[in-house]
Amino acid sequence: MPVNKNKNMQALTNRAKEVNRKPMSFMESLYLPAIFKGMAITFSHIFKKQPTIQYPEQKRPFSPVFRGLHVLNRDEEGREKCTACGLCAVACPAEAITMEAAERLPGEENKYREEKYAAKYEINMLRCIFCGLCEEACPKDAIYLSETFAPANFTRKGFIYGKPDLLIPDPKTDPEGYEKAKGRNEPTTADN
Amino acid sequence: MGTIQILFYFLSALAIFSAIMVLLSRNPVHSVLWLIAVFFAISGHYVLLNAQFLAIVNLIVYAGAIMVLFLFVIMLMNLNAETEPRKHIWMKLAGVVSGGCLLMMLISLVRQAVEMGGKKAMMAEGNIGLIKNLGHALFSDYVVPFEITSVLFLSAMVGAVVIGKK
Amino acid sequence: MTLLSIDWILLIEKLVLIAIIVFASLGIALYTTFAERKVAAVLQDRPGPNRAGPFGLFQPFADGLKLIMKEEIIPNTANKFLFILGPGLAMTAALMTCAVIPWSSHVELFDRTIDLQVADINIGILYIFGVVSLGVYGIMIGGWASNNKFSLMAALRGASQAISYELAMGMALIAVLMLSGSLSLRTIVDQQMEAGRLWNIAYQPLGFLIFFICAMAECNRTPFDLPEAENELNFGYHQEYSSMKLGFYLFAEYVNMIMSSAVMASLYFGGFDIPFVDEQHLVATNVLSQNVVALLGVLMLLVKIAIFIFVFMWIRWTIPRFRYDQLMNLGWKKLIPLALVNMLITGAVILWLGK
Repeated sequence: MPVNKNKNMQALTNRAKEVNRKPMSFMESLYLPAIFKGMAITFSHIFKKQPTIQYPEQKRPFSPVFRGLHVLNRDEEGREKCTACGLCAVACPAEAITMEAAERLPGEENKYREEKYAAKYEINMLRCIFCGLCEEACPKDAIYLSETFAPANFTRKGFIYGKPDLLIPDPKTDPEGYEKAKGRNEPTTADN
Repeated sequence: MGTIQILFYFLSALAIFSAIMVLLSRNPVHSVLWLIAVFFAISGHYVLLNAQFLAIVNLIVYAGAIMVLFLFVIMLMNLNAETEPRKHIWMKLAGVVSGGCLLMMLISLVRQAVEMGGKKAMMAEGNIGLIKNLGHALFSDYVVPFEITSVLFLSAMVGAVVIGKK
Repeated sequence: MTLLSIDWILLIEKLVLIAIIVFASLGIALYTTFAERKVAAVLQDRPGPNRAGPFGLFQPFADGLKLIMKEEIIPNTANKFLFILGPGLAMTAALMTCAVIPWSSHVELFDRTIDLQVADINIGILYIFGVVSLGVYGIMIGGWASNNKFSLMAALRGASQAISYELAMGMALIAVLMLSGSLSLRTIVDQQMEAGRLWNIAYQPLGFLIFFICAMAECNRTPFDLPEAENELNFGYHQEYSSMKLGFYLFAEYVNMIMSSAVMASLYFGGFDIPFVDEQHLVATNVLSQNVVALLGVLMLLVKIAIFIFVFMWIRWTIPRFRYDQLMNLGWKKLIPLALVNMLITGAVILWLGK
């Protein structure tokens, strides 16, 4: 148990160590033994396993609750679920979501599930804090956060994601893309 | 003209030009750098005389150590061309006269001291400047002056340490 | 025409040799930068640069290209001529050292015996000292001409460090010179190659240690990289430099490292001597031709240099930088007295053995 020199002050933890202020002995002042010890340590690291993951080729597994880029969902028949109710925009603490609603016209029943749909749906990925509150607010399970990052871009405009960027591929015409965008069982190539 | 003569004239011209530039440069740092060029030219002369040891020691001691210390001091004092005090015209004249006197004295001394006619510089064949011969000469013929010089150096070193300790 | 009476073939031979040595040492220096990064990575459990080409082997070219493409900036208030002269001097001084290093014995080409050494002058090792002291000017002039306080401070640090450690280096060297009785590097190497004689490291372990530490200080390598201490002096004496002028400074450090490794190998580790093999015997009994033996000698020297460079890097990525007072204490109060003692003991032993 290390002794705290200052008797008035109670030590918060028992990790505190008193600094050794003794003058260096002759061997210590040569520096050499300490240097050789350090060199032995660094040399031993040559044979240690590298924890690096070679990113674009290897990928680290995401946690199941990871909150990445947003996806606008479709149902099994490929119809958009979103009804442009605006609850996500209200819930958003960063005010990153804007949308414009439109009425479904006759003949568009195979495109939109409800009578009302989002004609325009934009998320500003520079404002978004990926909190996932939109996902929680949505009554139709139309928006959820996937397991991908927002890729880098050269302009600010590129970070404002419109409907074409957000919509999940149609499960009927592009089932593979749909599965991939869902991203639940994306294979990871990293060892751990 | 042989190669050695060409080299000799080139080095002499370089040495004299650099020496003049030492005096003419307004910036003290430039003066020091020109002085280093002088040392290099003179080392070149030593090499022509086959005195390789002298040449390299000249470089190590003067160009490598003493001039570095000079540069040190000048850089730290931050002497610029603007801060140089304006000298009076009479001062300059006096400088020229006294310098000229010194030059005349040196020339007459050299002319009187030894008969220069018939003496030949041993270009590339003399070997007194080689380290073995020089060592022999220093430790046999000139051993007393050599030891006295070393005592002088030692006392200078002790003095420097004493001043440094204060 | 007496002017043309010089041995032209000898001149061409030496020029070719100089060109080969300069380009080889530049190439090696190029890959030493790569090795530095790889060694650092491996010692820190990282893979290091591995994107440019297989195993990242083209990385040095990418780095060089980047340096050349950068904008060339000369500060307004800088002294233009000296500003450009600084890196030039640093590089020249670094490359000039290679003139007296014996790279191998000799090869026989076109009925000529070609010594694999540019100049076997009888003051070889002193020449190296002269050139190294010239290298200080590269740092000082560059630092002063930048007209920047940090650069100036770094230049002063660098110069005082170089001067201080040159002393201990010279004194450590005197012990070797007393053993060999010659200043010529070739003679020193030849003596170590003689049968029944060990390498100088066996006689001079303390001297080698002092020389090694001083060489590290002369190359401005960590733990002696005070002139370029990033966190105290921003970037040191090359703070104002950009583009290839900066590249010259960085490159000169690596060339210096190679040259000091070569000098240490020649002085203490037998130079191009292949351990446990008698080269002369091999040639005399026609097992191998002289040329093959000479090339093997070059390879051996390069291997020794590589080992030294690895140790340089290993030390760099192990220990932190010295404080300035520690640096000066080590140089003046420890190394110089140790070197003096080493010199005295060596002299006494030589006298006692009645050599």
